[in-house]
Order: sequence, then C-alpha cells, then structure tokens
Amino acid sequence: MWAYIVRRIITMILTLLALSVVVFIVIQLPPGDFVTSYIASLSASGETVDQETIAILRERYKLDSPVLVQYLSWLMQLLQGNLGYSFELQKSVSEIFSQRIGISLAVELTAVVFMWAIAVPIGVYSAVNQYSLGDYAFTILGFLGLAIPNFLFALVLMYVCYNWFGITITGLFSTEFMNERWSVARFLDFASHVWAPILVISTAGAAQLVRVLRANLLDELNKPYVLTARAKGLPKRRVIWRYPVRVAMNPLISTVGWVLPTVISSSFVTAIVLNLPTLSPILLRSLLSQDMYLAGALILFMGVLTLVGTLISDLLLAWIDPRIRLGMVGAK
Amino acid sequence: MQKKTLTTLDGTAEDPIDEIGADPRVGHVTGSESQWQLIRRRFAKHRLAVISLWILCFFALVAVFADFISPNDPNDVQARYTYAPPQGINFIDKTEDGGWRIKPYVYGYDVEIEPEALRRVFVIDETDKIYLEFFKRSWEYNLFGIIPTDIHLIGTEKPRKPLFFFGADRLGRDMFSRLAYGTRISLSVGLVGVIMSLVLGVIIGGFAGYFGGFFDAATQRVIEFLRSLPTIPLWMGLAAAMPSSWSPLQVYFAITLILSLLGWTELARVVRGRFLALKGEDYVAAARYDGCSHTRVILRHMVPSFTSHIITAASLAVPAMILAETALSFLGLGLQAPVISWGVLLQEAQNIRTLATAPWLLLPGLAIVIAVLAMNFVGDGLRDAADPYSH
Repeated sequence: MWAYIVRRIITMILTLLALSVVVFIVIQLPPGDFVTSYIASLSASGETVDQETIAILRERYKLDSPVLVQYLSWLMQLLQGNLGYSFELQKSVSEIFSQRIGISLAVELTAVVFMWAIAVPIGVYSAVNQYSLGDYAFTILGFLGLAIPNFLFALVLMYVCYNWFGITITGLFSTEFMNERWSVARFLDFASHVWAPILVISTAGAAQLVRVLRANLLDELNKPYVLTARAKGLPKRRVIWRYPVRVAMNPLISTVGWVLPTVISSSFVTAIVLNLPTLSPILLRSLLSQDMYLAGALILFMGVLTLVGTLISDLLLAWIDPRIRLGMVGAK
Repeated sequence: MQKKTLTTLDGTAEDPIDEIGADPRVGHVTGSESQWQLIRRRFAKHRLAVISLWILCFFALVAVFADFISPNDPNDVQARYTYAPPQGINFIDKTEDGGWRIKPYVYGYDVEIEPEALRRVFVIDETDKIYLEFFKRSWEYNLFGIIPTDIHLIGTEKPRKPLFFFGADRLGRDMFSRLAYGTRISLSVGLVGVIMSLVLGVIIGGFAGYFGGFFDAATQRVIEFLRSLPTIPLWMGLAAAMPSSWSPLQVYFAITLILSLLGWTELARVVRGRFLALKGEDYVAAARYDGCSHTRVILRHMVPSFTSHIITAASLAVPAMILAETALSFLGLGLQAPVISWGVLLQEAQNIRTLATAPWLLLPGLAIVIAVLAMNFVGDGLRDAADPYSH
C-alpha cells in the first residue's frame, strides 16, 4: 500500500511540474512582457511611472533573463507562497484568493456530493429496471444533460425562475447579507441561493456517472453469483445493494478523475452566468484584460484542485480494491 | 462437397478460396456484401440515429445555403425594430369577400410607447398583412462564395417591410438570418477542429501504437496529463493570449487550433488501441515479411480495417468541439463580434433583463441542443455499426 501511495504521489508531483510549465507558457503567450503592457496601460490613462518601479518589477520577475531563469524564479516564488501580483486589481493574488477560495470550494464540493447523491440511485434504478418507463425517462434526461451546455442551462433556469416564479437566482447572497459575517441567517440565505448553481453544475457530471454506473451494473447483474444469492433466498434489494452495486461502484470511483475536470470546467462557466462571488469571474476578467499573472495563478489553482481530487480518488480506489494496491492491475 | 456445406453455413455461396484471393481492401467478406454495406445496414436499424442523420443533413443545408434562406442581411441594423418579437407565419388568407386562399403572410408591427415605463412595445397590427413570396430579390451576396446574386428563398411582396421570423436583437438585426449564419460558422468550427485533431490523433496515436516502446509510454503520459486538466479554463488561457489585432479569420483558425490541441487525445487513444490490437494479426506480419515499408503496412493494410472506428470517434468528437466553441464565444474569449456563431449570438442573451424582454434570443441555444443531441445519436449509431461482425 505504502509503495503505491509513494509512487502515486511522485507521479502527481511530476504532473504538477508539467502543469506549471503549461501555465507559464500561457502567461508568456501574450505579445510583449506584462510590465511593458502595464506601463502602456498606465500611461494611456495619463499616469506616469517612475523608472525605479519599472526596474524593481523587471528585477523581481527576472524579465531580462532567459526564459528558463524566468520560469524557475516564478516557480520558486510560487513555492514560497507568493502567487504574484494582479496589476489590474492592484492587489496581491494571494489576497484575492483568500477572499474567494472558501466559497469556490464550498460550491464545487457540494456540487460533487450532490452529483453522486443523485447519480447513484438513478443509475441503480435504471439498471435494475432496465427498459422500464423510468429507465427511458432517465436516459432521455441524461442525453439532454450531456447536450445542454452549462451556461445555457443556467440561462434558461434564470429565465424560467424570473418569468414564472418572479425570483432572481443570480449571486449567492441577498444584498443585505453580502458583506455580513457568517450567521445562521446568512447561512440560510446562502442555502436559498446555492441550489441553482449546484443543480446546474452537477447535471452534466451526473449524466455521465449514471451512464457508467448503469452499464457496469448491468454487466454485474447477469453474473451467476447474483443468481446464487437470490436462489439462496436473500431479498432482492439486499442482494443488489450488497454485492453487484459495490462491484459496479469500483470503476465509478476511478472516474472521479475525469468527472472532476468536468465539474471544475462547468462550475467556471456557471459561476460567470449566475454571477457567483467565486474565483471564476475573476479568472474571466483577468483573461479578458490579459492580467496574466492572476490568470496563470487561477488556472494553476484549478489544475491543482483537479489533480489533488484525482489523487484522492486513486488512493480511495487502492484502499477499496486490493488488486490495485498490490500492483496486479497496471497502476492508472 | 464437405467444403460446400461449410460455406453455406455462414451464408456464403462462393468457394472460400475465391474469398482469400479477393481484393484485400474489401477485407473479410462474409457474404455478398462489403463491410461498408454491412455497416450501413446496421446503422439503418438504429432508428434514432437515422432520424438524427436527417436532422443533421438539414443543418448542413442551412449552413451551405445560409445566405440564400436569409430574408435579411444578418448584419443589417434596423433601429426601428429593436427587440421586435417573432412574427408567426399564416398560410390561409381570408379575402375581403369572405373567401379564402392559400397565401403565406405575416402581420406588421405597431410600435407603442408604454406610458409608465416609457418602453417601446410592439403590437401585432392585424390590418397590416405583409405577403410573402418565394425567390424574391433583395440584398446581394455570393452564392457558394462565388456566384453573385440577390435572389432569396423568401421575401416580402413589397420591399422594405419588416420580416422577423425569430424576432430581432438589440440592434434590430434579424435573428432568423443570424441563426442561419451562426449555423454555418459553428458547424464548420466543429468539422475543421475535428479534422485538425484527427490529423494529430492519427499521427501520434498511430506512431505510439505501431512502434510502442518509449514513444508510446511518453504519449500515454502526455494524454493522461491533458485529460486530467479542466479544459475550459485552459482553453480560455490560450484564447486570451491571442492578440486583439488579429483578423476574424485568424481568430477563427486560432480558436479551432486551440480546441483541437486539447481535443486530439481521445482520437489518439482510439487509434493507438486499434493499432495495438492489430499489430499481432497474421496479415500484418505477412505484409511486413512481404517487404512492405512501415508506411505501406500502416496505410494500405492497417488503416482500412479500422477506418470505421476512426470515423466513429471523430463523429463523437464534433459535438464536443461545438460545445467548446460555444462556451468560449459566449464568454467573449472565442470568436468575436462581426463573426456570427451560436456562442456569439448567445452572448446577447447574457443578462436577465434582456432575457425577460426578448426570450427569443435563446433560440440559438435550442439549435445547439438539437445539433449536439443529433450528433451524439449519430455517433452512437455509428459506434454500434462500426464493427459489423460483432454482436
């Protein structure tokens, strides 16, 4: 088990390094370095920048050194917890992060939990009652869930709620709670807003999960051990939940690895449409204004989040399935 | 005699010797039908896929003839008709003497100012019948990009009358015409993007699967890495790096390139898997011992046997591309304004106030959902049909 964990963590560190290279390329892509464009935007708005500040900035990001040195110095800064500086918002990136990271994580984690909570019962029901009316209904819903882009779903939900029920579902807090401290009242207000983004984010992922679980469980249900258990007199419900569902869940846990990127991608778009106070609108803004250090840090953060999630799911899988931790199946 | 009975068992009337001697590209013929005929027959059994294929043909026609079917120039600003609601088409016209005739028409608009909100409200004016005629002359365009003409499928009997089947947008532009143009751009992004990722996927996946070894291991890691990243933020990062001075055409190709740079992994995975499976086949080894070069073995012997699998994977990749382009453009990081795509159109429908006044701006969303659903069904049908010898 330990050997597996160590191996898995080493792979993850290598992946993180690769990710940091990709993010650095993204930061470097816009023509001209960012200090030059920062100065240009400042002088365009009539402000003057003294040479000293420019020199300090150029020195800090090693802009006059070769690209490799720039990358390494950026990486070292990152490792020391210095995520860079947003020139547009005039704040350090860490400050922006600390303001919004809690809400971002809360929304995404709840969405993942909710997604599983709806996907598992639906998947089991669809497989057990294959070709029933309910199965068809869920299949159609699933296809729709895969075909409707998240932002469109959010738009339609927004329109329906506003037009038919007269409620606005944008944001996560009512105006009076916006800058309040956490209290029971604020939490209730949060809960009354958060359902919409959670619903939107979890649908696409849930549709995929249901498909996988249904297919896996259908394979399992036809195996002789299920028949044996039934023949020995175990009630149907108990047989299903005790044995085949457990086996069918195994591949499902490994799919967390690819469900997470979907969840993070879709929460990104949804948060922008529904105007949530998460990190996503900041990322969009920084990308549109080419505030690349902030954008880079945010992309890196989203990547790290997915990679850590994948690591956790892999470790879970190894814990559940001895074949994996003993290296009998090729490590994923 | 013995041989004869065996062959009739699997439905063949021919002598097996003849089959082996047949053209190797046709492959393993199990009856008088070729592999492609078998695939087509199996596909036809998938009812939903066949219907979807017809829907896609319709979309393709709209894309090709977008300018011909658009009654208005999609970029023509008609300030009088800002947020004009959709007009329903009536087919049966009651004449004044009490009789009726079949002649399509729409009603004109009356603009009223709402006294409290000082908002313009469009009222259908039932006295103003605007008759429609086929093949009317109106604005000029180049059919297929080369033939200059000004004939359109449908137009108003008298010129300069409003005709908005799907309503008008913020600037009084015709949504119907814009939707038709958007279909052209959005579908082509999907196709071009998939062709680009297909090239990448087949080359990289092919190399990895055929030669194996270090290159294979390296590509596997790269693919795993790319698949573990959240795509939308990464796409956006790459798209945001585009210089704003680029022309719409450059942006278009840059966006499709970005989409395919991250989209080739699935295709490469399929191709690699097929190569690995086929590498050990006797006929591949035979071709090698016969002195065929690697290129020839790959292109003439291996690729034809899994073309159907590649087509399937590609057809399932198209909707993903279209969804990605739509999301990017919707957020303002993809295709930009003078270019019309479904995502660009939906950008107009971003806030609740606009949605409440003009819900018809969501129509491009309906087009996306129908197109993506149809593509998924066709893809599923193809996947079931791709291997006509399995059950």
